[in-house]
Amino acid sequence: MLSWSGKKWIYITTAMLLVFLILFPFDWFLGQYTYLMITIGISTMVTVGLCLLMGYTGQISLGQAAFYGLGAYFSAVLSTKYGYNPWLAMLIAAVVTGAFAYIIGYPMFRLRGNYLAIATLAVGMILGILFNRLSNYTGGPDGMAGIPHLSIGGFAFDTNFKRYFLVWFFCLAVLFLSQNIVRSRTGRALRAIHGNEAAAESLGINVAQFKVKVFVLSAVYASLAGSLYAYHANHIGPSSFDFLASVKFVVMAVIGGLASIWGAIFGAGTTRLLSDQILLGFNNNQVDIIIYGLILMLIMILMPEGLFVSIKSGTLWLRTNWRALPSIMKTKRDELPARIKYLFGRLLSTRLWRKPEP
Amino acid sequence: MSAHQFAQYLIDGLTQGSIYALVGLGFTIIYAVTRIINFAQGEFVMLGGTLSYVFAVTSGLPMPLAIIVAILVAAATGVVMYLLAIRTARRASVLSLIIITIGASIFIRGIAGNRLGVGAVQPPHFTGNTTILFLGAKIDPQELWIIGITLSVTILLHLFLTYTMAGKSLKACAINPEAASLVGINTKTTALTAFILAAAIGGIGGVAVAPLSFASYDMGAMLGLKGFVAASIGGFMSPIATVVGGLILGVVEKLAVGLSWGPFNSSYKDAIALVVLLLILLIRSGRLAAEERSA
Repeated sequence: MLSWSGKKWIYITTAMLLVFLILFPFDWFLGQYTYLMITIGISTMVTVGLCLLMGYTGQISLGQAAFYGLGAYFSAVLSTKYGYNPWLAMLIAAVVTGAFAYIIGYPMFRLRGNYLAIATLAVGMILGILFNRLSNYTGGPDGMAGIPHLSIGGFAFDTNFKRYFLVWFFCLAVLFLSQNIVRSRTGRALRAIHGNEAAAESLGINVAQFKVKVFVLSAVYASLAGSLYAYHANHIGPSSFDFLASVKFVVMAVIGGLASIWGAIFGAGTTRLLSDQILLGFNNNQVDIIIYGLILMLIMILMPEGLFVSIKSGTLWLRTNWRALPSIMKTKRDELPARIKYLFGRLLSTRLWRKPEP
Repeated sequence: MSAHQFAQYLIDGLTQGSIYALVGLGFTIIYAVTRIINFAQGEFVMLGGTLSYVFAVTSGLPMPLAIIVAILVAAATGVVMYLLAIRTARRASVLSLIIITIGASIFIRGIAGNRLGVGAVQPPHFTGNTTILFLGAKIDPQELWIIGITLSVTILLHLFLTYTMAGKSLKACAINPEAASLVGINTKTTALTAFILAAAIGGIGGVAVAPLSFASYDMGAMLGLKGFVAASIGGFMSPIATVVGGLILGVVEKLAVGLSWGPFNSSYKDAIALVVLLLILLIRSGRLAAEERSA
């Protein structure tokens, strides 16, 4: 019934998004924010992996920044100290990170819930300690500088303008791949695992294998993003990959809506905008983590499906119910605050407080 | 390693382990009653440590009063956190609750860093800092305080859980919340009691350790994780086992660093505990998974 008009809107918004993304880095448009947009693209890649893992499969990783760091450090060390081709280094980094995630994933994903969270946190922190301590390779707390740019043939990605297209090419590729995974048989299996593991198992879904696969995929996304970050910034330090960085990725996923692929851009964008532009002046006063803490608590308490998803379902509810709005408002309570509270409750309750559909 | 070196490491390890034990007790109490891992547990320790400095040095209160006020503020933070963040989201999934407590953790840390500054502070020792020589080991009097406080807290907690009505209802909720509510125990009040206890015990740990090893706004993260290791050694359900776990962890850490055995020199000290944690979790994964399922 809604299908053709719904599809039309999807095509229109996708086209508008693409045009916006292509025009963005030109000086006469939003050129001065190219750098910010590159970091948003890189963060989006990590966030998408986290969304697949947390939102769709119902698992958790509090060490995602460590995989991001593995990608960055492997690329940086191999290309600077051992003279590897940056592309090859990036590939090796992704393979090594994926293999590492696979090896630790199998025993780790026998754990669930709280214990899984702690285990991923521990893995992340151990890697963080290694980044700091293996100073012969990683440069220790000072980090490494002089990382080369990526280049194809004689074409080097040596300006923000060029790197913008490189990063967003990877970012969109990751987004489309994830979108297809979510829409496929695999995606349905993941949601089944989220709903009820025992039931999923009884339907013939190999729960353990799917969990580890998604974990590996999210680790590879993070690794690729980390490599791009290293080649983009030319300088990396361990503080970009610590526990707080992992929490920041969780903030992005939570803002975007845990089970929303395209929400990841929204989440990464909001968080990056907040931390790189708005909060820049406050960073020394810890205002950033106060705000992240508030965001995490408020969103998880009020709209556990994430800000982006809640706005989406809220507007959807309004679109289908706006005609009935006056009567809804009239039939219920008389006082204005009560009415607002009632409407707010209706908006929030459209998808919320309900367990995810199996 | 000579005997007095060993004695030194043992005492230092027991001191460090006592703090881990106190943090671990907080985890255990809250987890047993509510099945929530409170990622903000380390922040209560931080609050105890930094606030005892603020009240004793900045505001000039007498030390005993400053200590009591710091512990009360930490406990009050636990109450506020439970009422505002946990109870309002009581029907939330495990994933949501984890994220909520992490949010609470960095929120508290941020407020502390913002209000109290980011530098490390050292409140005065409880009873001077003249070193005591014992079996060739140099002992700071504060170390004895820490060990003594931990022992007293453990004993008091045990008495509380065994002989008072509130304590018994905590135990009942830990064993079976539904059965407990059937016999008239208010599970919400019990959960609140658990948060108060955990926050207060965390605060006590912070107050005790700050004169010895300083307090700073970001001390909570690592201490919280070490406390979690202690709780996981103890299996998350038994306070006594948690305390023993904490003490073992402290001693093992100090001995490993002291021996400089293999890769375990001091720069990898924190990694040891994390590896121990991972191993425990993985070895027990079958039982832990069953426990989560029933929760």
